[in-house]
Amino acid sequence: MKANVNEQGNVKVKPDTQAKVVIDCKLDKVYYGDFLAVRDSHVPIKKGQITGFIGPSGCGKSTVLRSLNRMNDLVQGFRFEGNVHFHGQDVYGSTVDPVVVRRYIGMVFQQPNPFAMSIFDNVAFGLRLNRFKGDVEESVEKALKKAALWDEVKDKLKASGLSLSGGQQQRLCIARAIATEPTVVLMDEPCSALDPIATRRIEELMVELKEKFTIALVTHNMQQATRVADKTAFFSVDISAGGRTGYLVELGDTRQIFEDPQQQLTKEYIRGEFS
Amino acid sequence: MSAQDPLFTENENPNLQRSLVEPRALLSTILSGAAWIAAMFASIPLFSVLYGLIVRGGHRLSLEVFTELPPAGFEEGGGFGNAIVGTLVTVGIGALISIPFGIMAAIFLGELEPNGKVAYAARFCAKTLTGLPSILAGVFAYAMVVLTTGTYSAPAAGVALALLMLPTVVLTAEEAMRMVSAPMKNAAYGMGCTRSQVVWKIVLPTALPGILTGVMLAVARAAGETAPLLFTALFSSYWFVENGKADLMTPIASLSVLIYNFSGMPYDNQIELAWTASLVLVMLVLLFNILARVLGRKKV
Repeated sequence: MKANVNEQGNVKVKPDTQAKVVIDCKLDKVYYGDFLAVRDSHVPIKKGQITGFIGPSGCGKSTVLRSLNRMNDLVQGFRFEGNVHFHGQDVYGSTVDPVVVRRYIGMVFQQPNPFAMSIFDNVAFGLRLNRFKGDVEESVEKALKKAALWDEVKDKLKASGLSLSGGQQQRLCIARAIATEPTVVLMDEPCSALDPIATRRIEELMVELKEKFTIALVTHNMQQATRVADKTAFFSVDISAGGRTGYLVELGDTRQIFEDPQQQLTKEYIRGEFS
Repeated sequence: MSAQDPLFTENENPNLQRSLVEPRALLSTILSGAAWIAAMFASIPLFSVLYGLIVRGGHRLSLEVFTELPPAGFEEGGGFGNAIVGTLVTVGIGALISIPFGIMAAIFLGELEPNGKVAYAARFCAKTLTGLPSILAGVFAYAMVVLTTGTYSAPAAGVALALLMLPTVVLTAEEAMRMVSAPMKNAAYGMGCTRSQVVWKIVLPTALPGILTGVMLAVARAAGETAPLLFTALFSSYWFVENGKADLMTPIASLSVLIYNFSGMPYDNQIELAWTASLVLVMLVLLFNILARVLGRKKV
């Protein structure tokens, strides 16, 4: 089966030109200290879509993701060249507060990391943080429902978030992230610590959530990208300069990347020839 | 590895039974036994001290000793109510000084600037302070507070005890905060927390059981101190609250100094009271340690 990019665009996803770019990420060089971690990675994240980041370990996909909401600021020695624009505003502008950026661009991490407090308080955390004026209970319920966790926890909202299973904890973290209604949700390998059943639930959830939230997803699992991502960005590692520098090889509609990759490296990786 | 060795030849009926004479098993049994015996020996001192105190001081334990003032010379009866209050007051003042200071310092060491030069220096100082002979804390407080205020007092004793409590509070609180997992802190940053919000809303509440354990251990240690009090609180045979008026700026009694004073006296009544006071003091320290264990248990 040979898929055509344009044809596919008409059938399933909206054509590129119509989806608005929410985060325009233009990373030219990212350093940790003297180490060049990522180079030449321009990835536009489009509204209402799931953009998947795939590639081998150390290819910098997580680095790119964490640059989008300035989580990398917490890493010592981080600096970069290029720019990241969120709705046209420079995220790294000198007057921009990274704390505010993170309120608009939420994040779900690899390890489920609920706070050591009750399920309710976990979800209400972001609301209280932002001095939410509305009905906290209602918002918590709404977020838990959206995260497909409500039925399992509605009778034990006072129980510790840490008492849940791994998959439930991760859905709790998703509920926590979406309770404050961020514009974009960054997901850094959200299923890598979960079993296949929990993974499937999270994947279904992502597809439901993209109606409302724009999602950027880092995944180790190529099948996961084919199942949920609209766009896929393939990153690879360049070891030619002596270091291990990640860079963007190819970006396109998921179908096109997996069925008709334009780059030799992408082809090899997808066919499993890449170590 | 000879060919006859039963372990290395194919055998359809391997012997899986435990053998006590096999060298490795024998050694393991002997070492386990030795560890058991050592553990028993380690708990003997506490139990023998408790036993001795109960036998020699237990029979004087009554309501009277908690409410009466220490007897003078040839007086019969009496108690050490003022010394119990004095110990609680001096330790309380010490805690009031050392806990806020210690926790703030721990926040700096554990969260704000863990790898800075100031942090290394402060950590080194705290560790050195752990080994400070307690009598020096007393001399320090004597020079700083007693000489400047012109009187022995509970606050002077509080300063001396705070000096001894501070390193325990700082180091255990820092350790407890370091145990808060990085992913949890990341989550808080990811939610849009500022640095101070991460500390106040996530790190401190999560580390609280560990911090309280450290505080209780520090309090327990301070409650038993004698030497620093000799230079700062001295002793008093009266309540520090007289006619409804509390005067903190006078010498104040404490259990440990009472034991020190009474145990050297030639009167049986006083010596008996010293035993009873020792029992009460050990119970008090034990109580703080048990509190530390209970509070240290993770809840949520």
